Amino acid sequence: MATTRKAAIVGGNRIPFARSNSAYAQASNQDMLTATLDGLVARFGLQGQQVGEVVAGAVLKHARDFNLTRESVLGSALDPRTPAYDVQQACGTGLEAAVLVANKIALGQIDSGIAGGVDTTSDAPLAVGEDLRRILISLNSAKTVQDRLKAIARIRPGMIAPEIPRNAEPRTGLAMGEHAQLTAHEWQIGREEQDELTVRSHQNMAAAYERGFFDDLVTPFLGLSRDQNLRPDTSLEKLATLKPVFGKALPEGAEATMTAGNSTPLTDGASAVLLASDEWAAEHSLPVLAHLVDAQTAAVDYVHGGEGLLMAPVYAVPTMLARNGLTLQDFDFYEIHEAFASTVLATMKAWEDPAYCKEKLGLDAPLGSIDRAKLNVHGSSLAAGHPFAATGGRIVASLAKTLHEAGPGKRGLISICAAGGQGVVAILES
Amino acid sequence: MADWYTNFANSGFGTTVTKQLGLPRPAVLRRYEPGRPLLPGPVVIGSAGSGRLRETLTRVVTDAGGTVLPAVEPDGEKPAAVLLDATGVTGPGQLVAAHDFLAPAIKRLRASGRVLVLADPPADADSPATAAARQALDGLVRSIGKELLNGSTANLVFVPEGAESSLASPVRFFLSGRSAYVDGQVVTLSAADVPTGEDADRPLAGRVAVVTGAARGIGAAIARVMARDGAHVVAVDIPAAGQSLAEVANEVGGTALQLDITAADAPARLVEHLRERHGGVDVVVHNAGITRDKLLVNMDAARWNSVMAVNLQAQLDITEALLAAEGVLRDGARVVCVSSQSGIAGNRGQTNYAASKAGIIGMVRAWAPAFAARRATINAVAPGFIVTEMTANMPFGTREVGSRINSLQQGGLPVDVAETIAWLAQPGSAGVNGQTVRVCGQSMLGA
Ligand SMILES: NC(=O)c1ccc[n+]([C@@H]2O[C@H](COP(=O)([O-])OP(=O)(O)OC[C@H]3O[C@@H](n4cnc5c(N)ncnc54)[C@H](O)[C@@H]3O)[C@@H](O)[C@H]2O)c1
Repeated sequence: MATTRKAAIVGGNRIPFARSNSAYAQASNQDMLTATLDGLVARFGLQGQQVGEVVAGAVLKHARDFNLTRESVLGSALDPRTPAYDVQQACGTGLEAAVLVANKIALGQIDSGIAGGVDTTSDAPLAVGEDLRRILISLNSAKTVQDRLKAIARIRPGMIAPEIPRNAEPRTGLAMGEHAQLTAHEWQIGREEQDELTVRSHQNMAAAYERGFFDDLVTPFLGLSRDQNLRPDTSLEKLATLKPVFGKALPEGAEATMTAGNSTPLTDGASAVLLASDEWAAEHSLPVLAHLVDAQTAAVDYVHGGEGLLMAPVYAVPTMLARNGLTLQDFDFYEIHEAFASTVLATMKAWEDPAYCKEKLGLDAPLGSIDRAKLNVHGSSLAAGHPFAATGGRIVASLAKTLHEAGPGKRGLISICAAGGQGVVAILES
Repeated sequence: MADWYTNFANSGFGTTVTKQLGLPRPAVLRRYEPGRPLLPGPVVIGSAGSGRLRETLTRVVTDAGGTVLPAVEPDGEKPAAVLLDATGVTGPGQLVAAHDFLAPAIKRLRASGRVLVLADPPADADSPATAAARQALDGLVRSIGKELLNGSTANLVFVPEGAESSLASPVRFFLSGRSAYVDGQVVTLSAADVPTGEDADRPLAGRVAVVTGAARGIGAAIARVMARDGAHVVAVDIPAAGQSLAEVANEVGGTALQLDITAADAPARLVEHLRERHGGVDVVVHNAGITRDKLLVNMDAARWNSVMAVNLQAQLDITEALLAAEGVLRDGARVVCVSSQSGIAGNRGQTNYAASKAGIIGMVRAWAPAFAARRATINAVAPGFIVTEMTANMPFGTREVGSRINSLQQGGLPVDVAETIAWLAQPGSAGVNGQTVRVCGQSMLGA
């Protein structure tokens, strides 16, 4: 274990992303992750083979899925002796999983591994209210019939309504979109630029599908062969007709700019990425699309610190750039996860802002702007949808392929914001 | 694995009913299973004419673990196969010897028996009388095929002077269960460098085989048979069929390649994939095909063009790209193209489809010499009525008639087409080139 080596990204697979309660309404996280692993196995001929480790996770997870990834491996065509574990870092899960696999490969602890993520908002776990939960626990532990009857008698009709998991921050009670709308307001991100970014995402992704870019990145599932949210024919005019859906927390008179069009919808889906050492890839006659060069996480105090919930990647990127002696402009492609169009725009604006870069990021000069022509060139979450834990894998595989197509020595930046005020960023290089 | 009617007709009750009503009584065909003997009984070999193949045939049969009966006795052991060496017939007068040998032997033939006649190609004859006698065998064999019962078949192999070493693989195929639904066929061999010593149960071991349209139907069966015979299968189908494609690939331990073969860059992408992942390819099966039926007068350009693009143009383009790519199509490569009975007989409502499938037959014939020069082969297989999910959706009447109008009185199975393709893909089949083999149970259509 002398030196480290860079982990190679060999390829990826995902199932098309489906809108909530639609094509995958009957599919569980385990079904989707298993199918995704099987598609990856088929693409790379890994039937019956052991990879070093499979790492994946889900944000919305049933208690019974405590060993989700390992169970999915057991249901897949991989060698059942392949170890696996679950991770969860909200929307950063998929990228974090890739970083974890890459790091073990870098250290020589494993030679190959699969990183993934899955989420369903259709088959989400329901919890019962706290009162009912306590009664049910005492019912379960009651030893006599009398005790059981006593416990049952304490149940009131009002307790029956289940608690549906909400897309809200536990510490603020605000939906993520409400937080993003506050940030959009703070950075004065206009409606039109959000809609423009949205149109470009759909157009880029539709064009990529048309030219077969996703032929070796996606495997159809349950009758879906393209992302259900993708609207190739969307336009500024159509998006302009949509009403804002967030803005409850905005100050009086502030304009709400975020709509169902320029925000990602609730989505179901899964993704997986195959990583390996260069030697393992060569032994298996598999390509090396790119290497995972470095990664960084950050978190912000969005509760008391006055920072936006989704601004953590803004902090993570300069740290990572400095460590690698790079500037923000030293990249050929940028993948900034489109949780909301406004998030991408606020992120870029913050990097351009001298005062913010100085005061908040502690930089002498702003990071500067990025060439929009290099941003999310094959579409991102606004078009594909965003099954939380599956987004990282989608981005890593797509960017790796993009870099590979562009030729050797190309560099790409990934930036993903996550609930809880966190961010995960990474550098890939072909 | 047989269809419901065949199962019914072979049940106790069904036997009574079908006999009394005079209904067809299709046999349960003897199909290949790895590890089982070539034939369930001995072979009898006879000659008409001077016959130069007897020794070779005896060796092929015994090498494959079979036994040769010296002669058929009226109450002696029943043969499972009857081989007639008719090489050297020089005029019609010698044909009576064929009759004299075949009649008593076929009378004693077991169920799922085989009649195989070997002769010189009529085209090579140096006199009209010789050509007539050789051609006469064609009519003889086809008629025997129609007379045989109980799942037995009759086929004819033309063996030009010098092509004797090509004989082993075709003889084994026609005797074995791999040819269960191949009946009334004529195959002309050519002289070739035939590799020997392949493992009879895994003749494709170590070979990389591309199968297009592998997500379902006949293509999935081809993938299974190829993998069973030892090949690594690269299963190709359109991206939209990816889920079942992945299932097939995982089942056979192969790889899935989602690719629309009609895309402009499809040949280049396939070539690149094969080069990068496998360093080349040994077997290419052009199986993907579509139908867009309409009477010619009602057919729009879209229907015409899409059928031509998938069924014919893509086969041409991909084959050309493979030939052009340095070192990708490996020494001894095998290309097998799936044609159709419609391409031979024509079919109402299928002008586009039949044209494309007939085109394939012309294509393999024209390409054969260039392939031979590379120690490779290119052949076509023309399935007849094959029972698939597609045919299962046909109206009952159409389906029942379609499946019975052949000498074996039943539809074929996807595996029957697959077995024939896998045979053509064998290294030992080097001497079968430019041929179109029908897998149709000797269909009455286009025969
Ligand atoms: N079923 C029969 O009775 C029969 C008879 C004669 C010939 N055939 C021929 O056999 C072949 C297989 O037939 P089948 O019955 O299995 O049909 P099928 O429709 O079940 O399978 C054909 C496969 O080809 C794939 N395909 C179609 N267009 C493609 C493209 N552009 N790129 C890649 N893949 C494509 C389809 O997705 C499908 O999976 C066809 O060439 C057909 O013409 C079939």
